[in-house]
Amino acid sequence: MASRTLYSQRDPALKKRDDFEDILEERRNSSDLKYALKCYMPVLYKGVTPCKPSMIKTMVLQSEQLRYVVTELSKETGEATEVIQGEALAILEEMAHKLHLGTVRFFAYMLNKAFKVLYQRIRVNEDGIQRLQQAIQEHPLVLLPSHRSYMDFLIVSYLLYTNDLALPVIAAGMDFLGMKFVGEMLRMSGAFFIRRSFGGDRLYWAVFSEYVKTILRNGYAPIEFFLEGTRSRTCKSLTPKVGLLSIAMEPFFKGEVFDVSMVPISISYERVLEEALYARELLGVPKPKESTSGLLKARRILSEDYGNIHVYFGQPVSLRSLAQGRINRSQYNLMPRHISRRPGEDVQVFVNDVAYKMVRLQEESMVLRPWVLVATILLQNPHGVEAVWLAEQTAWLRGLAQAFGAFLDWPDHISASRAVASGLALHPNLVRAERGRVRLATEPKGPGARAPEEDLFNHAVTVLSCASYRNQVLHVFLRPALLAMAMDVAPTSRKDDVYSCFGYLRDVFSNEFILCPGAEVQDFDEACFLLTKCSAIQILKQDIVATERGRPTLSFLSAMFQPFLLGYQVVCRYLCEEVAESLPEKSYVAGVRSYAVKRILSGELACLEVLSSDLQKNVLAALLRMGALRKSKAGELVTLRVNKSAINTIENTLGGRVSTQKPVLARL
Amino acid sequence: MASSGHGSGRQEAADRRLRLIAGHLHPRIAASECKAEAAESDPVRAKTVPKRRQEVMKWNGWGYSDSRFLFNKKGQAEFTGRRYRLGGLIFPSLKDWFESTFGANLQHKSPPTAALNSSAITPPNLNEPFLQDLKSMGIPHSLEAEDRVFRAHGHCLHEIFALREGRFGRLPDMVVWPNCHDDVVKIVELACQHNACLIPYGGGTSVSSALECPPDEMRSIVSLDTSQMNHILWIDEKNLTAHVEAGIVGQELERLLNESGFCTGHEPDSMEFSTLGGWVATRASGMKKNIYGNIEDLVVHIKMVTPRGVVEKSCQVPRMSTGPDIHHFIMGSEGTLGVVTEVTLKIRPLPEYQKYGSVVFPNFEQGVACLREVAKQRCAPASIRLMDNAQFQFGHALKPQVSSIFTSFLDGLKKFYITKFKGFDTHRLCVATLLFEGDREKVLQHEKQVYDIAAKFGGLAAGEDNGQRGYMLTFVIAYLRDLGMDYYVIGESFETSVPWDRVLDLCRNVKERITRECKERGVQFPPMSTCRVTQTYDAGACVYFYFAFNYRGLADPVHVYEQVEHAAREEILANGGSLSHHHGDTGR
Repeated sequence: MASRTLYSQRDPALKKRDDFEDILEERRNSSDLKYALKCYMPVLYKGVTPCKPSMIKTMVLQSEQLRYVVTELSKETGEATEVIQGEALAILEEMAHKLHLGTVRFFAYMLNKAFKVLYQRIRVNEDGIQRLQQAIQEHPLVLLPSHRSYMDFLIVSYLLYTNDLALPVIAAGMDFLGMKFVGEMLRMSGAFFIRRSFGGDRLYWAVFSEYVKTILRNGYAPIEFFLEGTRSRTCKSLTPKVGLLSIAMEPFFKGEVFDVSMVPISISYERVLEEALYARELLGVPKPKESTSGLLKARRILSEDYGNIHVYFGQPVSLRSLAQGRINRSQYNLMPRHISRRPGEDVQVFVNDVAYKMVRLQEESMVLRPWVLVATILLQNPHGVEAVWLAEQTAWLRGLAQAFGAFLDWPDHISASRAVASGLALHPNLVRAERGRVRLATEPKGPGARAPEEDLFNHAVTVLSCASYRNQVLHVFLRPALLAMAMDVAPTSRKDDVYSCFGYLRDVFSNEFILCPGAEVQDFDEACFLLTKCSAIQILKQDIVATERGRPTLSFLSAMFQPFLLGYQVVCRYLCEEVAESLPEKSYVAGVRSYAVKRILSGELACLEVLSSDLQKNVLAALLRMGALRKSKAGELVTLRVNKSAINTIENTLGGRVSTQKPVLARL
Repeated sequence: MASSGHGSGRQEAADRRLRLIAGHLHPRIAASECKAEAAESDPVRAKTVPKRRQEVMKWNGWGYSDSRFLFNKKGQAEFTGRRYRLGGLIFPSLKDWFESTFGANLQHKSPPTAALNSSAITPPNLNEPFLQDLKSMGIPHSLEAEDRVFRAHGHCLHEIFALREGRFGRLPDMVVWPNCHDDVVKIVELACQHNACLIPYGGGTSVSSALECPPDEMRSIVSLDTSQMNHILWIDEKNLTAHVEAGIVGQELERLLNESGFCTGHEPDSMEFSTLGGWVATRASGMKKNIYGNIEDLVVHIKMVTPRGVVEKSCQVPRMSTGPDIHHFIMGSEGTLGVVTEVTLKIRPLPEYQKYGSVVFPNFEQGVACLREVAKQRCAPASIRLMDNAQFQFGHALKPQVSSIFTSFLDGLKKFYITKFKGFDTHRLCVATLLFEGDREKVLQHEKQVYDIAAKFGGLAAGEDNGQRGYMLTFVIAYLRDLGMDYYVIGESFETSVPWDRVLDLCRNVKERITRECKERGVQFPPMSTCRVTQTYDAGACVYFYFAFNYRGLADPVHVYEQVEHAAREEILANGGSLSHHHGDTGR
């Protein structure tokens, strides 16, 4: 297999990551059928007790854990244990996977066909595969891929099958089961289905957690799930959900396995299949229900070019070494292990930290194409730019991104203008290049006069799609940009002031971006280091000051995050101006949206990203967390009570109005 | 007024009660005269351990000077001496096992310093007034370097390793040999009076560093050797108890009782050298505890000399409910509270019949399940032990050379039956060894019951020979450690007790942790990390680990050893095990 390396050997700074190889190349030159029927003999976990999917079910049903919960429930409800046991069986039937090699081969065959049409290349780090092969044998494995597309479900299994590795058992949302046939196909290729919410259902929880733990304990197969819980519509990593992760950790805490290896997997798409769908969804057009006919209609997409996929299998992370010195496992000694109880404070904090760490690892190894840089620049210049200037600016941004450690797939021998051109070619629906100028594409005005709302809506689709590419690079610039913004907002240039503003912004945005809890100081240090390294700032004894050379960099960084800052302010304004004292939670998103539309149409506001429901929900979560909003429940109805002075303070601080700074600092 | 009157009444009642309890604790029993002097002149009684230990025992290793493993000129392992049944036998497969398990090589030797060099030893720091008073009382003592060295250590790895390198830490400054309880009382009084430090010494088999002299101890350290207090003072056949001096060595106690048709049944692995007082002080456990109980079940009465007087109960009864049991403060105190001088133990008539046995299981999991079932049905034989596969291989390597072609043919046949016919994997199977005791008829019945349970878990009876060899391994393992140390291999054992449901997880995790830690700390070859379940209880089991590795290429092997052992113990605690089941670990 000819390998085209991502980086030339001359670039030692970036050699810390592995090289990629295109796995489609071999597929294009050999028979798909032969591939689908190849001899598949994966290496297994050394402690595995070989068994069939049906045996896993039996083990779960007979487990002490489940029997205990069944007895408890029977005592509480007065129902016979057999009835409850029957319910458990039903849940298990609905949930459990039925991995079937024939189906996997069929999928492999079909995917091969599809991939070869859709994508130019699927590039994988071979070393990661090697490491995985080693890790599979040593300890039970948890695969943690990023989640940007439905494709993620298939691609990991596809790669593992191709490399003769054990196929994972994948946690999937129950909504897939709505698709006749496909749901069952996924089940037979290793997916198991969990309900989206089952908060109070103890029996469901018991069956589900025992199912996952049984698979893990026996080393039956690697377990794969998405920490982010759902596909990220914005291509930003989502705040991790810790439920499944904490279940997966329990066998280690209780000593049932020696260790668990967790492998972060970063899957990055040059062009996401669901791109336009996501933007519409964010603008309030509900997500289409998964259906087989919908999938068939989606065949249309087969005619387009979706560029490259990069899959990076990260270094396996040993749970044991992460827990060393943090978790006192003997806390589990004082109760029989089959009785589950709420994990202690230390465990909860630990699981949360690990979840963030894993998402950070995913982010760091996301491969970025030059196009994301182009998208970033274009979004800052919505009225279009000269193509030449765009190339120059992209080259400059590339330097900055690399200085900040971005994982850029931009070989040295490709010039900036070529890189820009190839990016533009792949996204004709988002950008237009005409007469030496490049601008975001907006739908041409139709013959009939359309409502201004509709125009706005169409334009917003383009902007949000474009933003989803810019969002992929945000994690690289996040910390320095927070510092740049803090320097804008801070009343003086004194270190303390800048730091407290930094901390404040970080706090406000912690639902928006992946910011590890409790890592203020490291983040601040990192930001200072990076900005000093590219000589954008100088750190004096008492102060942090921008250098003359660094001003463009700093203002570029601030501008990159401006939409978020504005978005948060707009929501605050909405809550202050339009809401009396409280509003039903249900009407929150619609309210913010119509308020924003009004202001955009009146020309007061230019930022269309405010319309993203993702951003709006993040603001809501942040305001709730900061106590500026309070939820109260009356029956089914959830109301949000608004603390106007707190919201005012937040808005003013984000706007850099110093007068209200003092009480805020006291909070920090 | 009223209230104060009431108060004083309560005070009086309390005082009365205290006096009563104190009466129980300090009875004025007429001092029995020393038996030792009389015995000294008794030529018939051959002592197991003489006053001068150096006459029969190694100064830098385990056990008797004449008994040791060595690789002879032909490279075959051999056990010297005539004290054991193994004496003079050849072990043909030990060399291969040794070399392949540890990556060791007979060419690479790490011999100890040849002899004890008395001149390298710092002169004693004497407490002259104490010494004068002691002399005037006529209690035997010694200031000789050799005597002091012998009593400065137990058998922890670091202690033996240092001795082999000729390194001595702080030594006791003198050794005293009390002949009876009263001597101990006098010695303790003197020590209090003259501010000397006393360390009780019994058999010297401690593995908890309890005999180590604190390096910063400024006082004169006196080693109080109880070895001369080794008499059975009386046997009460009506109540089946024996009153014994605490310095008696296990095997001697058993031999003397056997002469009168009795036994205690207490057989810790160290019973050849460890003493009754030591058992009490360390809360010992015996191999046959299923029939006879552990030391806390065997003890009826203890006499202990403390700096504040003698502690003992005023009666010899099976049970009391007057507050906490003082015996439980004494047991496990490891000599820190006082010197145990006399103990009344339960005794039993000698069993009519003894029978060894063994069972092969397809894997360790099945074996543990079987032991659990045996414990559940409360039908454990006198001893039942389950070795893991590595230990089974180890035991196999210790098979002596067979005398006839016929036996070797039979062995081959057995192996064929188990591996080929029954489909057991030689790299997974494990062996349980059994020991039955009692009436002949009951033993046979009992045996059947246990084998029936074993069969349910896939166990196959594997003969008496294998069983007996399994128990023999316990006694020679300490000698084997010395052999290992001659070839860059160090190791030690440690043990834990653990609830039944965690036994398998704990064994697997601890073994894996050891292997991993060794690798991380630069040990060149994978270590031997093996375990066996040695005792069963209603609520759990005792698990015994052996851990050894080849230390070539390591700058500070003992330190590495200690780090790994520490990690292993941490793992044990994290998996729901205890720090120790019977070795005693107050110091850790």
